[in-house]
Amino acid sequence: MNHSSIIRASALEYVRGVASGEFTAEEFLSETLSRIEEAEARYNAYLRVEDGQKLLARAREIDRGIRSGQKVGLLAGMPVSIKDNICMRGSRTTCGSRMLEGFVAPYDATAVSRLHAEGGIIVAKANMDEFAMGLTTEFSAYGPSRNPWNTGYVPGGSSGGSAAATAAFECVASLGSDTGGSVRNPASFCSVVGYKPTYGLVSRHGLVSYANSIEQIGPLARTVSDAALVLGVIAGRDTHDDTTADAAAAADDYLEGIEGGVEGMRVGIVDEMTGGADPEVARAVERASKDLEAAGASCERTSLDMVGYSVPSYYTITAAEAASNLARYDNLRYGYDLSVDGYEFNSYVAEARGRFGPEVTRRMILGGYVSSAGHAGRYYLKALKVQAKLTREVADAFASSYDILMAPTVPILPFRIGEKSDDPVSLFMVDLNTVTANLTRRPAVSVPYAVSAEGLPIGVQMMADSMQDKALLRAARALEKRRAPLPEVPD
Amino acid sequence: MSRDGGSGDATTTTAAGTAAPRPVIGLEIHCQMTSLKSKLFCPCRADYRGMGPNENVCPVCMGMPGTLPRLNAEAVRKGTMIAMALGCAIPERISFFRKNYFYPDLPKNFQITQLDMYGDTCIGGRGSILVGGGDVGIRRVQLEEDPGRMIYEGASARNRISLVDYNRAGTPLVEIVTEPDFEGPRQLRLFLQMLSDMVENLGVCNPALEGAMRADANVSLEGGNRVEIKNISSFHDLEKAVVFEIARQEAQHSRDLEVVQETRHWDAARKITVPSRLKEEEKGYRYLLEADIPWVRIDAETVESLKSRMPESVSEKRERFVSRYMIPPQVADVLSSGKLYSDLFDAARTDKNARELANIITTDLMGLVMAAAAATAPAADRDAADGGGAQKKRHGDPASDVISVDGLRELADAVASGNMARNSAKQALHEMAKTGKSLAEVSSEMDLGLVSDESELLGVVQSVISEEPQAAKQASSNPNTVNYLVGKVMQKTRGKADPQVTLDLLKRCLSED
Repeated sequence: MNHSSIIRASALEYVRGVASGEFTAEEFLSETLSRIEEAEARYNAYLRVEDGQKLLARAREIDRGIRSGQKVGLLAGMPVSIKDNICMRGSRTTCGSRMLEGFVAPYDATAVSRLHAEGGIIVAKANMDEFAMGLTTEFSAYGPSRNPWNTGYVPGGSSGGSAAATAAFECVASLGSDTGGSVRNPASFCSVVGYKPTYGLVSRHGLVSYANSIEQIGPLARTVSDAALVLGVIAGRDTHDDTTADAAAAADDYLEGIEGGVEGMRVGIVDEMTGGADPEVARAVERASKDLEAAGASCERTSLDMVGYSVPSYYTITAAEAASNLARYDNLRYGYDLSVDGYEFNSYVAEARGRFGPEVTRRMILGGYVSSAGHAGRYYLKALKVQAKLTREVADAFASSYDILMAPTVPILPFRIGEKSDDPVSLFMVDLNTVTANLTRRPAVSVPYAVSAEGLPIGVQMMADSMQDKALLRAARALEKRRAPLPEVPD
Repeated sequence: MSRDGGSGDATTTTAAGTAAPRPVIGLEIHCQMTSLKSKLFCPCRADYRGMGPNENVCPVCMGMPGTLPRLNAEAVRKGTMIAMALGCAIPERISFFRKNYFYPDLPKNFQITQLDMYGDTCIGGRGSILVGGGDVGIRRVQLEEDPGRMIYEGASARNRISLVDYNRAGTPLVEIVTEPDFEGPRQLRLFLQMLSDMVENLGVCNPALEGAMRADANVSLEGGNRVEIKNISSFHDLEKAVVFEIARQEAQHSRDLEVVQETRHWDAARKITVPSRLKEEEKGYRYLLEADIPWVRIDAETVESLKSRMPESVSEKRERFVSRYMIPPQVADVLSSGKLYSDLFDAARTDKNARELANIITTDLMGLVMAAAAATAPAADRDAADGGGAQKKRHGDPASDVISVDGLRELADAVASGNMARNSAKQALHEMAKTGKSLAEVSSEMDLGLVSDESELLGVVQSVISEEPQAAKQASSNPNTVNYLVGKVMQKTRGKADPQVTLDLLKRCLSED
């Protein structure tokens, strides 16, 4: 690997390279920082890049550690980025919102402290749709990110900055958050791997809540194994998050058995998620099922009736939770400069909240309405019933018939910036295939599979039963191995 | 007791002569779990008292972005104990809900509380407890977080400045909601006293701390609209507020005016309830299940182990004092109700001194401690008014500041064994408390030992007989008159005369006459 291309290394290649002395952590980081400087003008993947001198000092420390044979952690100085809704002590965490323009996190998210503990170097905070509401990053208050495959196109969202940065070699891997597809959707649009863990596998301590009952932090990386490596670092029981699963042992190795293949695995291709898909996308999923069969899996079409109701249920539940979770942003304790002169509490909060962007405002109003005393029965409580039924249906499918449920990650191809931003309802339907994993708390992954005739990425989504994350990663790895070679991302 | 209206004693007759309907009273009591180490969802201190503004806070109780509540397991255990003590059913599992509303003292603009939305998932429910001869139903017991505290500065409403202190935010509270079963203010008072003794005895709360126990009352006349009374600062005021509100509603009723359904505030200065200046809170709290706190299972094993850990209840304690130590029931009532004093009793008692010890504690020590507390209170108020970071002296155990367990035991032993008169014991206690000296020192300095030397007493006895010729004459036939003469001797010796020796001497002298 020559000097200028070292930053194209996968995470596993990075770890091997730095351990064998092929390159140093400092060299790799320095190359990454140059790449960021050169690429950001085009992609706007990052909201803030950390102080390069401090980062390089840490890389040199890790290099010294490697030379003297000390433990430097699983990541050994690997440059990673995190979505801007994940708190890092002393660093601004804006959630892509002007509301939190001035908020400097006073503590580290558990995922951040675990990255640091394994020698990860967090180079930047990635762009995102405001408070993770959106699937294009066009709702970022700091301008949209652009898709490295075609800068006229959206990178997906809400973790669009993380996906674009990973695809464009501005980091080796990134952490996003996935409430209804926010890791998998941009991963699909930018042709990287996006992993949404079983709910409770990764601590949400330090992840700014949008819809706390269903969201998870998840890795975006260039290979399935890379995602597994990062997942292993951040997963595990956390005393700061009571919803982390007891079964989630800290520092479990998700790379273990990942090459085990899919021999004997039963795969269901979900009709409701494939039927209305763009023909190119549908064909890709068909080819993917052939690949898996060639690898020894059995594939068949299956139906999940409740999927048809999943998107309305998802938007109702997330809006209700968002209205509650975002209520704390009254600008009293942190936020941005706004004098209190001339206001009483309610008028001040109303004024302060004027900083929320249009999508957040829309969902908070919606959320207040659907959960209000007179309307909860028709909306919120009904949405919870749909969620319960969908969960039962999915649980049954896994219990009786399938190890993996497969579908396109997104039913359509990436679209142009501005193309759908005035049509929130048609945007909602882009979530059709991803929200089921969140509502049912199952793990799901988007694997880059093909590129359309126009040169736009297509991802395939695989979902498994709760806590079957290792089996899911194994299946994803098998598909990755079998797929036809993908073109390089244009530069 | 009769619950039907009509002629029961709860029904009063107004001036106009029409019988007012029976008052219906229910309570919502908030009890801070001051004895816990930490807040309900974070490691900050549960007892925030004596700290500077916003010193007892962390990212969790400040509602910082990205923070999650971590349920205090001890709060669940202690809450379960309270629920059991109130005769409640303990649910198999408990859940938490968000009560969404905007107020500056709520860091998250929602309060985490409990609700029975999906089945019985509050820490306790459907209990009942016998108070003053009637049953008071407990609708539910729930765990929730206390909000912060608002402080207003500035002379007029116009230039008023609102400050918020979040030290209290997240303090664990137990809310106890009763059924509207109270028959009148007397039962209300007995219930609150019982509850306050109970939470103290369970080691959950120190009710003496300001604001540790607060109550709102719901008052209506049967069939009429319900009025909620808030802003009641003490249980003493609660009773007054309820009495006032019943009278107000009866007056309305007698004039055929409908009682408006509203929230009223207790104005402690004017001793009346006034309509709340704030708009009637909209009831749209948009309750949501708190997904950050998984449902907590409370299995039979846990309940059993908590039961075995429950301390002796106040009534069990009282029963033990009466039957084991032959303490008169009225004395046992007083002694068992305060944990401080009953603990002191149990520490200092022997089979022999128990009755005298109970007397000393209830008649002398309690008064002494109360006087001491009253003397230091103004100073404490001044500290509080300063507000600043000045650390208020944390009160230890007020009784042990007055006298040690050993001192108390020696004192009771002295009286029980006949070496000291009760009256002298009282003087000794005061002196020991004042100077910190031992009983031996105090009693020799003050000459408090009993005078049982016949030659010393003989002179006194003879002078009493000569001063009371009438009584002396009757004494041979009437034993009460002998007691009268014994009393006279006691008076002259300031209580130091040994009663038995005095009686013997008197009888001897009188028969010699």
